[in-house]
Amino acid sequence: MIKVMDLHKSFGSTEVLKGIDAFVEEKEVVCVIGPSGSGKSTFLRCLNMLEEITDGDVEIDGVRLMDPKTDINKLRAQVGMVFQHFNLFPHKTVMENITIGPVKVSGISQEDANARAKGLLEKVGLGDKADVYPGSLSGGQKQRVAIARALAMNPKVMLFDEPTSALDPELVGDVLEVMKDLAREGMTMVVVTHEMGFAREMGDRVLFMDQGIIMEEGKPVDLFDNPQNERTQEFLSKIL
Amino acid sequence: MWDKLNELVSSPHYVNSIPFIWQGMQLTMIVTFTGFFFGFIIGSLVGLMRISKNKIIYGIATVYIELVRGTPILVQALFLYFAVSDFFGINFDALTAGIIAIAINAGAYIAEIVRGGVESVDKGQMEAGRSVGMTSTQTMRYIIWPQAFRRMIPPLGNQFIISLKDTSIFAVISLGEMTYIMRQYVSTTGEPFVPYIMLCLGYLIITVPSMVILRRVERRLDV
Repeated sequence: MIKVMDLHKSFGSTEVLKGIDAFVEEKEVVCVIGPSGSGKSTFLRCLNMLEEITDGDVEIDGVRLMDPKTDINKLRAQVGMVFQHFNLFPHKTVMENITIGPVKVSGISQEDANARAKGLLEKVGLGDKADVYPGSLSGGQKQRVAIARALAMNPKVMLFDEPTSALDPELVGDVLEVMKDLAREGMTMVVVTHEMGFAREMGDRVLFMDQGIIMEEGKPVDLFDNPQNERTQEFLSKIL
Repeated sequence: MWDKLNELVSSPHYVNSIPFIWQGMQLTMIVTFTGFFFGFIIGSLVGLMRISKNKIIYGIATVYIELVRGTPILVQALFLYFAVSDFFGINFDALTAGIIAIAINAGAYIAEIVRGGVESVDKGQMEAGRSVGMTSTQTMRYIIWPQAFRRMIPPLGNQFIISLKDTSIFAVISLGEMTYIMRQYVSTTGEPFVPYIMLCLGYLIITVPSMVILRRVERRLDV
């Protein structure tokens, strides 16, 4: 589903990603872990071109991002993104947040979009919040709306950029529950996270990133219980 | 002292000046509203140009803003009315010149208000809009602009009042707005005190309600 080929990313003279090769199979859940500054968020943001790729390429469902013929807007519509800070539209109701993409991008009628949004809100446990503004929601509720907003586009892949890092600890569980449901339904997911419990339980594979490269990757059991790389061991010993 | 005060209180100029104030006020309002309307259009375009990554577009906007902000509106009006019309052989009347002067002048200041408003919206909003597949134009229109506009209202109100008061200098191009007319009134009657008080009131009658309306709009857009 996703193929990352020798991906490089520089900000000015600082090289943040130093050649990443990775793949994500359909219906696979890949978790990306690593210390802050390791480039894991930048890596994720390159996957839907929120960051311009300096060198290398990414292929999503057969479409190459760096191909000049690729319509990046069309591609982004198929890649759902969930941000650390939710980035809900504060001047729009929860319902409008979810329907604006389908209506403006996919050209679905407002009625159809509303009906679908209702279903998605039920799914994330917020069926009663359709008409409120994001300002009156808790962090956990906001993030679940953000997930619903991304799902409304019927994405082929969902990218999560530290979705629970900005949440109060007691609100993390609800968001993780929604993500687990998604994973069980067979959604292809790439999750940058500090939630090692989630990575262990739901991840099909875990990538450990440090200093702009993938230091180690493997099944959660292997990577968490028997890390081979020295940096991985060091990182895990600090957080577990 | 008492005589003077008595004279002031019983002055006939309160009532007598009203038709003149009213006559001038109409022109003042026409120039202000029309000029500010076009100034807002210019300012929105130039403000967005100021955010552009294209150096040429950015440069044009910057030159325009600095030219206008760096010269007095009095000189701009004189230049427009006398120099430009003479040079190009276009004969526009004082009213047109006044409207254009306000539009160009307010446009430069509004451009900076627009730039500030748009830049104050969190970058994540653009990212969120783009990541559901909207184009940057769509995201600007549906996501960024509505939020930026709400924040632009107080400084826009400020600029509106400044533009309104700026129209008073169009007396130099013989535009018959409030100040021009009241100066004539004073020179005819030889009585300055009461007519100028009435002139001040004439401006306040426009500015105070405008502010009240603006504050109400602002509150209504508040989420």
